[in-house]
Amino acid sequence: MERNLMKGNEALAEAAIRAGCKCFFGYPITPQTEISAYLAKRFRQAGGVFLQAESEIAAINMVLGAASTGVRAMTSSSSPGISLKSEGISYIAGSDLPCVIINVQRGGPGLGGIQPSQADYWQATKALGHGDFQLLVFAPSSVQEMVDTVTKAFDLADEYRMPAMILADGLLGQMMEPVTFPEISAKQIEKPWAANGHGNKREHNIINSLFLQPDVLEKSVRDRFERYAEIKEKHAEAELYMTDDAEVVVTAYGATARVAKSAVNMAREQGIKAGLIRPVTLWPFPVKQINEGSKNAHTLLCVEMSMGQMIDDVKLAINCSKPVEFLGRTGGVIPKPSEVFEEIKRLAGGAE
Amino acid sequence: MAVVFEKPKALADITFHYCPGCTHGIIHRLVAEVIDEMGIEGETIGVCPVGCSVMAYDYFNCDMIEAAHGRAPAVATGVKRTNPDKYVFTYQGDGDLAAIGTAETVHAATRGENIVVIFVNNTTYGMTGGQMAPTTLPGQITQTTPYGRDPELAGYPVRVCEMLATLSGTALAQRVAVNSVPHIREAKKAIKKAFENQRDKKGFSIVEVLSTCPTNWGLSPVDALKRLEDEMIPYYPLGVYKDTNAFPKKEAN
Amino acid sequence: MTHDILLAGFGGQGILFAGKILAYSGLMDDKEVSWLPSYGPEMRGGTCNCSVCISDKPIGSPLVLEPSILIVMNTPSMEKFANAVKPDGVIVSDSTMVDVKTDRTDVRAFYIPATQLATDNDLQGGANMILLGKMFRETGIVSMDIFKKAVEKVVPAKRAALAANNLRAVQIGMDYEG
Repeated sequence: MERNLMKGNEALAEAAIRAGCKCFFGYPITPQTEISAYLAKRFRQAGGVFLQAESEIAAINMVLGAASTGVRAMTSSSSPGISLKSEGISYIAGSDLPCVIINVQRGGPGLGGIQPSQADYWQATKALGHGDFQLLVFAPSSVQEMVDTVTKAFDLADEYRMPAMILADGLLGQMMEPVTFPEISAKQIEKPWAANGHGNKREHNIINSLFLQPDVLEKSVRDRFERYAEIKEKHAEAELYMTDDAEVVVTAYGATARVAKSAVNMAREQGIKAGLIRPVTLWPFPVKQINEGSKNAHTLLCVEMSMGQMIDDVKLAINCSKPVEFLGRTGGVIPKPSEVFEEIKRLAGGAE
Repeated sequence: MAVVFEKPKALADITFHYCPGCTHGIIHRLVAEVIDEMGIEGETIGVCPVGCSVMAYDYFNCDMIEAAHGRAPAVATGVKRTNPDKYVFTYQGDGDLAAIGTAETVHAATRGENIVVIFVNNTTYGMTGGQMAPTTLPGQITQTTPYGRDPELAGYPVRVCEMLATLSGTALAQRVAVNSVPHIREAKKAIKKAFENQRDKKGFSIVEVLSTCPTNWGLSPVDALKRLEDEMIPYYPLGVYKDTNAFPKKEAN
Repeated sequence: MTHDILLAGFGGQGILFAGKILAYSGLMDDKEVSWLPSYGPEMRGGTCNCSVCISDKPIGSPLVLEPSILIVMNTPSMEKFANAVKPDGVIVSDSTMVDVKTDRTDVRAFYIPATQLATDNDLQGGANMILLGKMFRETGIVSMDIFKKAVEKVVPAKRAALAANNLRAVQIGMDYEG
């Protein structure tokens, strides 16, 4: 298969078309604008709807409208824009609608910066809007993996009728790497619930998140959480790298995992038994894999481009049974392999 | 026995939750009659607002979507763009359309989204108990303008049809009322024209319907209809503010 | 073997394009590659740099902080990055634009008046390619054959003149003595 160099953002966009995405609604924001620009061009040829919305708020509600009719719909933004979308995401979750949302994270809070960051972990996994709900959250760490994740995100979103997020960052969005586009056949999932005109053949469908009776609302939330339980069981994913005999295990996701992997390699060259657990799904969080990958470790080191957000989930995953140390850079600063290596070395008690 | 009057087929056989004397029921009926007459219930998707008509998804028999407050035109855009052959309408109140959703309204109009917007203006926030709306008249007493709306403090009301008529994407902007039989007949004609515009791909069509809120106005239903005539219509004159084809070239093709 | 290459200069000098064609050269050579631009609010004339990694192994961090090869096209970039170059690394500087030299003795530094050479050869905007050519000659990481393939891949066929100019500029860099 032919390898081509593509920017992460453009690869995401192309992958969406191949995954059967039929529409994109977005609003420009650095560092993800290439997604819009690419789709504005490509949808004309591939057959699909591109629309630049008047705001992030409008964009996510256009996604809600399109998804209501059973069409695969996507939007993308970067951190401040995702905050604006959070209202719509809550409604999409409450209405049991599938869609894909891309967050190419940048530094925050506020207007923050435009350089890579992972400071939206809490937002993505804990509180993307009001109410009891979750998103599927995927954290690819290469351009190829972003391509592969888009199809999976659409398929699982459809299967479980819930929004999925691809949590990338400015580094993954802006970098070019070789990619191939495997032949995929996007899953065709029946959507008998879609509000796309009943054609006088069925009762009317209603897409709604309003339930004024507390017991009815509670039931709708509980039903959703039953699906969440199944997802946690079946779809949590992580990559384990050199963890079998590792005494110091680094946990890192996305672009940071690449830095961490370089640091683990440096440590191994010096005889330090280091390993890496890279969560591939952030929700569901790969609890089993964290325990499996750290079973021989005396210490874990969580590395993030934030002040420490995923570390909470790592500690919970192992019930705080071992020390979990933290190394983070934030505001758009990317940690260096050498500084992660130094920390691994310190935790290992020095090189052999 | 001959049936001389019946509920439109596009309306569900459910008791509305609206207050006695409220004119939402009339407006629902007019929309449903138009859907019946055009025979388009199976191809129509309605989008509800947040406000008194929040539960209209239960009342219309076509497929329905409940939007977040103010976002109905964006939701309708998503539906229409991916289903260009279907009929899409929003049904929105004054707070929804002209305050929190102003951006969505203006941009759907200026894009010439080929949708129908039914805009119900009763100069108050009914569902939350009668606070100032963007269309509350100067001097009008509400919970949040207890001394009467003072434009120096609370600004002036928004005249939606006049505003949207300035936009190139707007095909139809018409203000009607439902306080008398002749006005109701006029209102139905306007709603039908809006749906026909959508069929003919003419662009964005909005029908503003002046409506009453006897409960929050503190008036009897009859006095409420009188207030609509005496106070609202002078401020919000009825009429056609724009009637055109926003995309004449498209038609030529 | 991993080459961590940093290209730096002003926006508009073709830094990102040179990086891209370099990354494509790695791709055509069946290597693992990554290309990462600096991105900022300034579109033209601001500082600009780009990281390119070419390796036999999967690329870890694509951000080059300690380059094994540095190509610089303005003075601020020379001042900023020369000291970060790995020992035994290579610096290729456009001496028309960069008026300082590195005082390091543990790297190989080459000063080539690329902008002047481009002007002399009627290759305006070709200084970036001349510097690449010099770098290829001194490091051997990309052969002319591979580079040709990369140019074919990146430059659309309908802009054949552009492709020819790029090849000519690289050849000038490769042939430059000094």
